[in-house]
Amino acid sequence: MTSYRLGAPADGSGNGLNRAHPLTFTFDGRSYKGFEGDTLASALLANDQMLMGRSFKYHRPRGPVTAGSSEPNALMTIGTGARGEPNVRATVAELYEGLTAVSQNRWPSLSTDFGAVNGLFGPLLGAGFYYKTFMWPAMFWEKIYEPLIRKAAGLGKLAMQADPDRYEKAWAHCDLLVIGSGPAGLMAALAAGRAGARVIIADEGFQLGGSLLSESVSVGGVSAADFARSTVEELTSLANVTLMPRTTIFGWYDDMVFGAVERVQKHVGTPSPDLPMERLWRIAAKRAILASGAEERPLVFGGNDKPGVMTASAMRTYLNRYSVSAGTKVAVFTNGGSGYRTAADLSASGVTVSAIIDARAQSSDVVPEGVRVIRSGAVVDTKGRLRLDGLIAERSGFQEQIECDALAMAGGWSPVVHLMCQRGAKPVWSDDAQAFMAPDVGAAFIAAGSAAGCDTIAACLKDGAEKGAALCLALGFSSYAANIPEVEGDYDPAFAPLWYVPGAKDKAFVDFQNDVHVSDLGIAQREGFGHIEHTKRYTTAGMATDQGKLGNVNTIGIVAGMRGVSPAEIGTTTFRPFYTPVSFGALAGTSRGEHAAPVRTSPLHDWAKKNGATFVEAGLWHRSAWFAREGEKGWRDSVDREVLNVRHNAGLCDVSTLGKIEIFGTGAAEFLNRVYSNAFLKLPVGKARYGLMLREDGMIFDDGTTSRLAENHYVMTTTTAYAGEVMAHLEFASQTFWPELDVRFVSATDQWAQMSLAGPKARAIMSRVVEDDISDAAFPYLAAKTVTLRGGLKARLFRISFSGELAYELAVPAGYGEAVADAIMEAGRDEGICAYGVEALNVLRVEKGFITHSEIDGRTTADDLGYGKMMGMNKPDFIGKRLSSRFGLTAADRAQLVGLKPIEADKEFKAGAHLLKEGASPSMASDQGWVSSVCHSPTLGHMIGLAMLKSGRERYGEKILVWDGLRGSEVVAEVCSPVFVDPDNRKLQG
Amino acid sequence: MRYSAYSIFKQALSGNRLWKPAWREPEPMPHYDVIIVGGGGHGLSTAYYLAKEFGITNVAVIEKGYIGSGNVGRNTTIIRSNYMLEGNNPFYELSLQLWEGLEQDFNYNAMVSQRGVLNLFHSDGQRDAYARRGNGMRMHGVDAELLDREQVQRLAPYLNFDHARFPILGGLMQKRGGTVRHDAVAWGYARGADMRGVDIIQHCEVTGIRRENGVVTGVETTKGFIGCNKLALAAAGNTTTVGRMADLRLPIETHVLQAFVSEGLKPVIDQVITYGAGHFYISQSDKGGLVFGADIDYYSSYAQRGNLATVEHTMQEGVSLIPGLSRAKVLRAWGGVMDMSMDGSPIIDRTSIDNLYLNCGWCYGGFKATPASGFCFAHLIAKNETHHVSRFMRLDRFERGYVLDETGKGAQPNLH
Amino acid sequence: MASLITCPHCGTRPKEEFSIRGAALRRPDPAASDEVWQAYVYVRDNPKGRYQEYWHHAAGCRRWLVVERDNFSHEVFGVVDAGGAAETKSQARAGE
Repeated sequence: MTSYRLGAPADGSGNGLNRAHPLTFTFDGRSYKGFEGDTLASALLANDQMLMGRSFKYHRPRGPVTAGSSEPNALMTIGTGARGEPNVRATVAELYEGLTAVSQNRWPSLSTDFGAVNGLFGPLLGAGFYYKTFMWPAMFWEKIYEPLIRKAAGLGKLAMQADPDRYEKAWAHCDLLVIGSGPAGLMAALAAGRAGARVIIADEGFQLGGSLLSESVSVGGVSAADFARSTVEELTSLANVTLMPRTTIFGWYDDMVFGAVERVQKHVGTPSPDLPMERLWRIAAKRAILASGAEERPLVFGGNDKPGVMTASAMRTYLNRYSVSAGTKVAVFTNGGSGYRTAADLSASGVTVSAIIDARAQSSDVVPEGVRVIRSGAVVDTKGRLRLDGLIAERSGFQEQIECDALAMAGGWSPVVHLMCQRGAKPVWSDDAQAFMAPDVGAAFIAAGSAAGCDTIAACLKDGAEKGAALCLALGFSSYAANIPEVEGDYDPAFAPLWYVPGAKDKAFVDFQNDVHVSDLGIAQREGFGHIEHTKRYTTAGMATDQGKLGNVNTIGIVAGMRGVSPAEIGTTTFRPFYTPVSFGALAGTSRGEHAAPVRTSPLHDWAKKNGATFVEAGLWHRSAWFAREGEKGWRDSVDREVLNVRHNAGLCDVSTLGKIEIFGTGAAEFLNRVYSNAFLKLPVGKARYGLMLREDGMIFDDGTTSRLAENHYVMTTTTAYAGEVMAHLEFASQTFWPELDVRFVSATDQWAQMSLAGPKARAIMSRVVEDDISDAAFPYLAAKTVTLRGGLKARLFRISFSGELAYELAVPAGYGEAVADAIMEAGRDEGICAYGVEALNVLRVEKGFITHSEIDGRTTADDLGYGKMMGMNKPDFIGKRLSSRFGLTAADRAQLVGLKPIEADKEFKAGAHLLKEGASPSMASDQGWVSSVCHSPTLGHMIGLAMLKSGRERYGEKILVWDGLRGSEVVAEVCSPVFVDPDNRKLQG
Repeated sequence: MRYSAYSIFKQALSGNRLWKPAWREPEPMPHYDVIIVGGGGHGLSTAYYLAKEFGITNVAVIEKGYIGSGNVGRNTTIIRSNYMLEGNNPFYELSLQLWEGLEQDFNYNAMVSQRGVLNLFHSDGQRDAYARRGNGMRMHGVDAELLDREQVQRLAPYLNFDHARFPILGGLMQKRGGTVRHDAVAWGYARGADMRGVDIIQHCEVTGIRRENGVVTGVETTKGFIGCNKLALAAAGNTTTVGRMADLRLPIETHVLQAFVSEGLKPVIDQVITYGAGHFYISQSDKGGLVFGADIDYYSSYAQRGNLATVEHTMQEGVSLIPGLSRAKVLRAWGGVMDMSMDGSPIIDRTSIDNLYLNCGWCYGGFKATPASGFCFAHLIAKNETHHVSRFMRLDRFERGYVLDETGKGAQPNLH
Repeated sequence: MASLITCPHCGTRPKEEFSIRGAALRRPDPAASDEVWQAYVYVRDNPKGRYQEYWHHAAGCRRWLVVERDNFSHEVFGVVDAGGAAETKSQARAGE
C-alpha cells in the first residue's frame, strides 16, 4: 500500500467528504469505492491507484501532479457510448455513483503501454525533430509516416455519436462578479452582498471555499473549511447574492461580459431530462473581482514526472480535504514555506515524512518534529517505474538515496491572472514576488487575494473584503466594513526561485502532458527559436490541454536563465480563451440537429400538404416542390404534368415565400426611382412594374415587381432568398442616403398568403372567386389593385406572371390563405386546375427565359441578361448608376444570357457544365461560359438550358459543346434565345 | 546544416547540443537590393523565391515582432485550389503544386498532408454552383470530384445524415487539398531564405518610408534607416498602416477572424470538411486537435481577439454538422487580423510609386496562397512584370471594373 | 463593443441583434467625379483606432446607426442614429 485514505477525524471536521454516503465507480474496468465529496482522482488515490495516465509523446506513466483544473496528467474518459467525454481531468471530476472512467493514450493497458518505447528514442525525438525528417522519399510522408504519427497522437477517444443530452444558454447581470470562492472571493462577495449589491460569485469547484477547503489553518476560531461553509451559508441567505458553484468563467470579453459554463449535471449518474447537461452563461457585470488564487509551480528536476510526485499544495488538498495521503513515506522538495506546511500537515496526520530537501541554505520555517531537513539540497533523480520508489538527493556534491513513495514539490507561486490577460494586457513580472502579476486593466476589473499577490490567508481575507467594499462604494452602494476574521496557523509561503536542477540523468519536465523537458528548451534556444512564442511553438511547451497553467512560468524562468536575462525580458505567451476547455455542446446550446435554424413555413403549407406536396428546403423555408399523383413514377412525371397543365389549363402555386415589403410615404415614388435601375416615378396607381435593383458597384442585387396600390402606397416583392437583404438595403438607403425623403417600410412577407394562378383558364377560374371585373379591359396585364373576393374578403390581385402564361397573383391575409386556395381549386376543378410546385415553376420560367439567382450570381449586369434597356441612364441618380459604366462592366466579351438546346433532342446536360467551342480542348482560356439553369421542357419535349456565354447574344445559332468533365458528359447544343416559349408574349396579354 | 534522419541521429549522439540556429540574427546592413516588410509566410516565401528562383540574395525581411507572428501562425492550415474563376484557379493551383514539392525544396518538413478537402452541398442550387466550380477546376486540369450523398456518407459517416436541418446532398471533393503545419511554413521559408543569404531582421518595426524624387529610397525603422532599391510590402493585417507611410490608399478594411482548436483526440476526422449550409470548416491535426473556424466577427478590428457570439455561432454550426462533437472540448480560440479586400481577392502589384511593390488583401485565404504569393511577388519584384497567374490580381481592377469576386458579394469587405 | 451596443432607441443590447455594414461613408453627389465614386465604393481609410461604422439594429428598431469606436481596444465612444448623422453631414456639405 502506498497512497491511502486516512480515518475520519475524531471531531468530524476538517474535510469535505461525506463518509455516510459511499459511492461505487469503475476505472479501467475495476470497481472501486469512494465517498460523496471526492473527486475521481482523490478516490483513486484513496484506493492506492496513483497511475492515472500516460504522457503524449513518450507515453510515460503518470499520476496526478495537481488537485485542480491545471492537471496535465490525470486525464480520463468518463462515461460510455454517446455520453463518453474524453480528456476529463480526474482531479476536478466530481465522483458519483456508477461513474465509469477509462484511461487514455495507452495500449494495451495503462500499466503496460507499448507506446513507452518512444522513450527509448528520446534523444532522437527532441524538440522539432519532425520538422527535420520524414521527408524522404517524398511519398512516404502521407503513406507511412503521417498515418503512424496520427495514430500515435491524440489523447482520448471521442465516440462521435449524437449527444443524448441537452444544453441551454442564459444571460445574467450583476453589479459585481466575483470569480473564485477562496478566502478573497468569499470576503469580497460578503462585503458586496451585505452592502446590497447584486453579486454573482462563481467557482469552478463543486464546493465553494477554494483553498480554505485545503488548508489546515483556523479562521475566526473555526477550521478554514467550517469558516467557508458558514460564509457560504450567509451568502446563500442574501437575496441579492447568486452563488454559482461548478461554474467556470472561461473568458473575458468586451464590455465586461464574461463567458461562463455551468456544469449542471456532469456529476449525476442518470441525468434528468428536465435539466440541461451544461448551461452557458453570458454574465454582464458592472465590476468584477478576479479571486482565482495562485498556482503552485512544480520543480524541474530529473524524473520529476514519476507517479507520486505532485505539488505540495496538491498533496495538502488530498490530505486535508479528501483525507487521502499520497504515500506512506513522503519526501518534500521545496524552495519555500509550502513544502514545510505539507510536511507538517502530513506529520500531524501520522504520515511519515522521510526528508525535507530545501533548495535554500536556510529558512525560518517550522520543521515538524523528527523530520530531517537537507538544506542547500536538490533532488537529482527519482526511482521507480509505475510509482515513485525513492529519490536521489544531492548536497554539496554528495548524493544519497532517500526512501519515499511520494514526493511533494513546492516551487513557488504564480498568481492565476489568465482571465485578465485575455484582452491584450500582458502580466507584469515582479522581482519581489518572482512571479508574473496581474496587469492593470482598469478599475472595473481588479484582482484580489493571491491572484493579486497576497501570500497568506489572512492577507487574502482582508484584500477581498476591502476590494469588494471599494467596488461597491464606486457603484454607489454604502460602504460596509466587513469584519475580517483572525487567522491562526498561517504560514509564510515565501520562496527563493529555483528554476531547475541541472545535471539530471533523466528528463526534467516543464510541460508534463506534452513531454517537453529542459533540453528541448535548450534545443529551441540553440536553433534560434528564442522568442518565447517561438519556443512554445517549436517545443509545444504550453500547448497541452492545461495551456501552460502549470509549466509556462517555469519555461520562462528556464529560458531566461539560458539567455542570462530576467523573466521580465522573456515575457509570457498570449493568454486566450478558454480558461479551461469548454464543450462544443455548451457553446452550441440548443441550436443543433433539426433545430440548427428555424423553419419557415408558408401560410399555404397545410394547403400544399393536403394536396400531396413534397417539400424542399429553400433557405429557411420549406417550399412545396411538386404534387405527386398516383401512378407517377418519380418527381419528373409530376413536374411534367404540372407544367403541361399550366400551359394548357391552369395551375395554382404557392408564392408566399417571396419577400413582400409595404412602402408608404410622399417620397416613395422618388425613393423607388432611386433604388431601382429602371424608371418608377411615373408608375400609375393600379399598376405593377418589374424592377431591377443594383448594388452600388453596378452589379444586379435583386429583382421583383413593385405595385402602386395608392398614391403613396406601394408593395414590393423580392426574391425569396433576398427578402431580408432587400429590406435592410431599403432601410439603409432611406435612413442614410436620403433621410429627407418621406418613406417608410414594413416587411409583410409573413402577413400575406400569396398564390399564383397561371394558365389559359386562369381568368375564368379567378373570376369565379373575385367579385370585381377582371376582364382584360378592366384588369389588363400588369394591373394591380385591391379586390373583393366573393364572400367579402378584401384581397390584392396582381396580373403578373413568372410562367409566361396568363396569370394572376392573389394575396390574402395569411390566415385566409388555405381557405382561399381551397376555393380556387374548387372553382377550377372543371377547368382542370392542378397545384404546382417550385420545380414546375422553375421549368415554366426557364422555358420563358426568366431569371433567378442562378443567373444573378453577384457578377452579372443588367446588360448581361439582356435588360440593358432597364438602365435608366438619363435619371439623375440611382444606386449602381455611376460604377456600372466602367469598362469591365460594359466590355463586349462579357458573358451574356442565352438559351441552349441539344442538337440531338434526347441528349441531356446539367447546370454547372461549362461551354467550349466545338473542338477546343478544355482550359481556363478556352472557357466560353457556363450553364446556369436546365430543365426538361415538357412543352418542347427536350432538354433546355439557360447559360451565360461570352458575347452570347451575337452567337445565336452557333453549335457549342456543353462540357461537364466533372460528370463525364459532353453534349453539343445550339445557342439560341433564352425565351423558348411564346417569344412575343402573346399569352401574357389579352 | 542539412536536415535528415542522419543529422538527427548524429545530433542525438552528441546530446542535441550541436544544432545550429535555423537562421541567423543579423544586424541590418545600410542598404539592400530589396527590402520586404513583413516576416510572415508571404514575406518569407517572397524572399526565398527571390533568392532561389531569381538570384536576388541581397534581401532583407523586416519583421516588427517575431517571424511567423501574424496569420501564418494563426490559421486553420488548409490548402486547396478549388477556385472557380479564371483569375483565381490557376494561381491557387500553382500554389498547390508548389506545396506538393515544398518540403524537398526547402528541406523542412512542413507536414503537407493531402488528405482531401470536401465541400458539402445541401441544395440543388448549391450542387449546381459546386458543379460549375468543379468543372472550372477540371478545365484547368485540377482534380475535382462531385460526390453524392452515399459517397459522402462512406467517407464521413459521422456527419449529420439523420436529423439535419439542412440535409447533406453531396460534396465537391478535391483530394489534393489538405493541411500543412502552419508554423513550419514560416520557419522552412525563413531557413531556406537565410541559407541563401537573405537577412531576416526580427523585432524591427518600420516607422516610415523614405522617398526622394518620387521613388522609395529606404525605410525608417526602430533599428534606424535601411536603404533599398526596391521596397516590397507583405504586411497583411497592417497593410493600410504601412501603406499610408507611402500615401497609398487601398481597397482594404481590417477585420478579425477567429479560429479554434480542441483538446487532443484520437483520429476521428480524416479530411478537411466544410459545411455548406453555414460557414464552418474543420480538420484534425496530426497532433489530434480539431482545428476549425467559421465567419469573421464582421466589424472592423485590429485586435487579435474575437467576441463570444461568433464563438457560439461557430460551435452551433459544428455540432449541427457533426453531432458527435458535442462532448468534445474546445481548448483555445484565437483571432487573426485580416486584410479584407473589397472583392475578396488579393492584390499583387506595383504601385503608383515605381519601386514600391504591394502584396495584400488576402482576406482569410492567405495561408494556402503562401508559395504562389511569394513566387509571383518575387517574379514581379525581380522582373518588374506580373506573373501570368497573378495577372487578375492587379490594383487597378476596381476602377477598370474587372473585380475578382469569387463569392459574388460585391464591394462589402466583411461579406467575403 | 462587440459584446454590447447601446442603441439610442432601444438601449443596451447584445451584439448579435445587429448587423454590420462597414465604414460610415457619405454617399457622393450623383454628379461627383469618377474618382470620388470609385473611392466611395472601393477605398477605405481603415485607420487603426477611432472608426465610424454603420450598424443596423436588425433585430430591434431596424434603424441604421453610426457606431464610433476604437477598432483596437474595442471601446465604444458613441452610437447615434445614422439618419440624424446624415443630416449633420449634409448640412456640413452645404456649408462647404
